[in-house]
Amino acid sequence: MDNAAIVGVAQTKYERRKKDQILADLVFDVTRAALDDAGLAIGDIDSVVTVSNDFFDGRTISGMAVGDAAGGEDKNISTVSGDGAFGAFYGLMRVLSGYKATIVVAHYKGSEGSVPITTNGMFDPIFHRHLGIDAISAAALQADAYMARFGIREEDVAQVSVKNHGNAKNNPYAQLPMDITVADVMKSRKIAEPLKLLDCCPISDGAAAIIIANEEIAARTKKKPVWVKGVAHCCEEYFLGDRRLSDPVALQDAARRAYAMAGITDPMAEIDVAEVLEPFSYMEPLWLEGLGFCKPGEGAHLIEKGITTMGGRLPVNPSGGALSANPILVAGLARLIEATLQVRGEAGDRQVKNAATALAHGFNGPCGQSHCVWIMGGKK
Amino acid sequence: MGRRVAIVGVGQTYHKSHRPDVTSREMIREAVTAALADAELTIRDIDAIVIGNMDHFESINYVDTYSVEGSGGVMKPIMKVSTGGTTGATVAIAAYYHVASGLFDRVLAIGFEKNSESDTTGAIITCSDAIWDRFSYSGAIPSLATEATAYMEKYGATQEDAAIIGERDRNNALNNPFAHLRRPLTVADIMASPMLAYPIKLGDICPRSDGACACVLAADGVAQKIARKPAWFKAAAVRHTYTWFGDSTDYNKGLVSMQRASKDAYQQAGITKPAEEIDVAELYLPYTWAGLKWIEDIGFCGPGEGVRFVRDGNTHMGGKIPVNPSGGVISTNCIGATAMLRVAEAAIQVMGRGGKRQVPDVKNALATGFGGCFWSDVVILSTERP
Amino acid sequence: MAHQVESERLVSVFAYPMPYEWSIGLYGSKFFQEIKQNRRFVGIRCNGCGKVYVPPRRVCGPCFQELAELVALSDTGVITAFSVVNYPFIDPNTGARRPIPYTYGYIKLDGADNIFSHIINETDLSKIKVGMKVRAIFKDTAEMQGNIQDIKYFDIVA
Repeated sequence: MDNAAIVGVAQTKYERRKKDQILADLVFDVTRAALDDAGLAIGDIDSVVTVSNDFFDGRTISGMAVGDAAGGEDKNISTVSGDGAFGAFYGLMRVLSGYKATIVVAHYKGSEGSVPITTNGMFDPIFHRHLGIDAISAAALQADAYMARFGIREEDVAQVSVKNHGNAKNNPYAQLPMDITVADVMKSRKIAEPLKLLDCCPISDGAAAIIIANEEIAARTKKKPVWVKGVAHCCEEYFLGDRRLSDPVALQDAARRAYAMAGITDPMAEIDVAEVLEPFSYMEPLWLEGLGFCKPGEGAHLIEKGITTMGGRLPVNPSGGALSANPILVAGLARLIEATLQVRGEAGDRQVKNAATALAHGFNGPCGQSHCVWIMGGKK
Repeated sequence: MGRRVAIVGVGQTYHKSHRPDVTSREMIREAVTAALADAELTIRDIDAIVIGNMDHFESINYVDTYSVEGSGGVMKPIMKVSTGGTTGATVAIAAYYHVASGLFDRVLAIGFEKNSESDTTGAIITCSDAIWDRFSYSGAIPSLATEATAYMEKYGATQEDAAIIGERDRNNALNNPFAHLRRPLTVADIMASPMLAYPIKLGDICPRSDGACACVLAADGVAQKIARKPAWFKAAAVRHTYTWFGDSTDYNKGLVSMQRASKDAYQQAGITKPAEEIDVAELYLPYTWAGLKWIEDIGFCGPGEGVRFVRDGNTHMGGKIPVNPSGGVISTNCIGATAMLRVAEAAIQVMGRGGKRQVPDVKNALATGFGGCFWSDVVILSTERP
Repeated sequence: MAHQVESERLVSVFAYPMPYEWSIGLYGSKFFQEIKQNRRFVGIRCNGCGKVYVPPRRVCGPCFQELAELVALSDTGVITAFSVVNYPFIDPNTGARRPIPYTYGYIKLDGADNIFSHIINETDLSKIKVGMKVRAIFKDTAEMQGNIQDIKYFDIVA
C-alpha cells in the first residue's frame, strides 16, 4: 500500500437536538473546519465522499442534501451508505487510486426521525420486522447471549458506562459527560433486559469530516499527518439466529487483516489507544475480545484490572465513546478522528501519553454484523 | 497512480415488472451467480463486494448487511454505495477504486432493485427536499418533461423525433434475451400512447422493472488470467453537480454534469474525437428526448445536431456509434441496477459476448449513469489495456 | 418434500408511517417568516458570483462560500417550465393518492437567479405557456404554519 494520511479532522459538538441547523449546515461547518485544520483550500481537494443513510435522513438519495456543503461542485463525489469508518475506507481507496486528497464527511440527526422505526428497517421484512425488533432490543439479545455464555454480571459491563461517561468529561465534543457510579447504572431505568438506560447510547445529532491525502499533500499540511497503517472490513451472516452473537467473527477477521497490513502481531503490546464503537456498554468488552486484546469472555476483566481506563496499558474510548454521543454513521468517523487526535498529541485533557499507534473501529448492521478496523500511526 | 482494472465477468437476471417468486436477496443471488459463472470464478475467489440500490424502493435499511446471503458477502468485506439513479455506475466505479487502490484483486459490484415492492413514484418523490419540494414534486417525469419542452422550443425538435429513440431502443431490445420489454414499439405507437405529462407519453418513458446486475472486476495481472478479453477501465468520471432542484434547471446550458463528466472521462482515456473513437455506447436514457439532447452534451455531435445525428442512423445498429444495443433504459429499468447494466452491457460489447446484440469490432465502449439532481457518471471500457 | 416445490407466492405488507421532524434552518425560517409578515419572498445573494438564490441557504455550491446577504423579492415571477401531471401516484406526504391533474411549475421569481418550484393554478394546456407571469397566492396569515403550503399556489396574471 502507498502511504496515505489523515491530514485534517473536524467534528461538531454532539447534542441531543440541533434544531437550529439543517444537515447541509452541519456538513458545511465541518467541511470548512477540516480544511482549516489541514491548512488546505477546497481547491486542493479533488474527491469527495459523503456518508449518509436514506432511512435516517428520511430522504431518498440522502447524499443530495449535502453535495454543495461538502465542496462537491465539479468534483468526483459519491456517497457511502453506512458507518463513517467505511466511508473513510472508500476515501482512502480513492487516494490510493490516484486522487490527491479526499474529504470524507458524515452527518446524522437522530432527533429528526424515529430511531426504533428506522432501525427496525434493518431487519428482515418478512420474518422479523413485524415483531417490532429494533437496534436496542437486538442488542439486548446479544448482551444476554454474551453475558450468559461467560457468566458476566451486569455490574461488570456497567463499569464501561462509568468509565466512558467519565472520559467524556475531558472531551468538549461529547454529549454526555457524567460522573456516575456502577450503582447509578444498575438502578437506571430498564430499557430492554439486561440493558438499562445508562448501558445505552443517547440519541445524538452531529457531523464530522476528515481529509485523507497522499504523501505529496501530506508534506505540506498544517498539522502532523497521521498515517494509515492498516485497515480492513468484514461482514458476517444476517439473521441473528444464524450468528453466534457472543462470537464477533467478522470483527476478528477484519482485525486480523488490519493487523497484518500494519505489521502488528501483539495488539495489546503494540497498540497504545483504542476507540471502539460501543453504543451499548457490553459491546466494548465484546469488541475488545474480537479485536484480540484478550481471550473470549475476558473482555470485562480488562476494565476491572484497570487496563482500559485512562492511565491503563490500553486506554479505550478516551473520547467517551458512543455511550457519550452516538450520531449513527458519524460515530465511526468520530472514533477515527479521536485516534488521529491522540496520535497527533492534540487530545487535550484526555491525551494518552506517547500514543504512537491507535486503533479505531466502526460497524454496520444489527449487533455489529459488519466491522471496519483502522490502525493509525505517527510514522510512515 | 492506481492499478489498471478490468471487468472480467458480468451477470444479470431476466427483468420483469414483478418478481414475486424471489426476495431481493434471492434475486441478487441470481445476478451474482451469473457473473461468477461468466468469469469462471467461485465466490471464494472474491475479495470484496460493493452493493447499491435505493433504500425506499424496498424499504430495507442497510441492504449491504441484509443481502449477504445473496451477494456472497458472508465473511467478506462489503460496502454500500448509493446515489440514486446513478447508483449502479457509482457502485461499479467504487469497485474500480477497490481494485485500483491495490487493496483487493477481485471485487464484485452489485446493483439491484425490486421496484414492484413500493409505489415507484411515491418513493422517488421522497428524493426531493422535504421542506421545499416534496409538496409539489411528482417524480422524475415532470422534470424531464420540462427539459424536453425547453429542447423542443430551442431547436425545433418534434415529438416524432424523440419517438425515434424509443423505436430504436425497443427494437434493439428484441436482440437482448434479458430485456424487460421485448415487443417492438414504433414511432406511431409512441405518438398514440397516453400523455403522462406533456410532451412525455407512456411510450417515451422507461418502465419500472425488478432485476439485478453484477460485475466482477479484477486487477492487472489477475484479469488476464480470468478473461480472454478483459474490458479495461480507461476512464471513470463522476459529476453530481447540483444539490438543489432549483439550481439545475437552466436548460439552455444543457446537461452540465454530463458535459463535465464526459470531458473528464475523455481526458482520462485520451479521447479527442468521441464519435470517431468510441465504437458503441450504453447510455442511461430514461426517456426518449435524452437520446437527442444528451448525445450533444456527451459530445457525439454538436449542440442542436442531435435530431439530424439520430435521423441519419448514426446511433442505430450498424451506424457509426450504435447506442443501446441492449435496448437501454426504455426497455429495462430496475433503478439501482440500471446504471450498472449500462456498464455491464458496455463490458459485454468489449468482451465480444453480445450475441445477437453484438456490435462488430468494438474497441472502446462508453457507459453512462444518470440520476439525482441531473447528475452524470461516465465509464469508458476498452479492449486495450491503458 | 418433493424435488419440485410449488406454492402460491405470498407478500409481506409493511404500510406503517415513518415520521420525521426536519429542521428548516436559519434562512429557510426567515423565508417562511417573511411570507407570513410581508407576504413576499426572500432570497440570498452570493458575494462571489452575485447570484441570488431562493430558497435562501448558507452555501453557494460553485463558490463554496458562506452566504449572508438576504435580498427581499416580490411575490411575482415567470414560468420557465411546467408540466400538467396526469398519472396517479401515492403521495408520500399523505400516504394517499395525490389528486390529479395538477400543474407542477418551475418559476423564476423576480430578482432571483435560480428556480423555485411550486404548483400553478391552471391545468388547461391552452391557457398556460412558458414565459407567463405568475403571482403567489398565500394562505390567510392566521392559517399559516411556517411551511411550503403557506403558499397555496401561483396564479397566472399575464
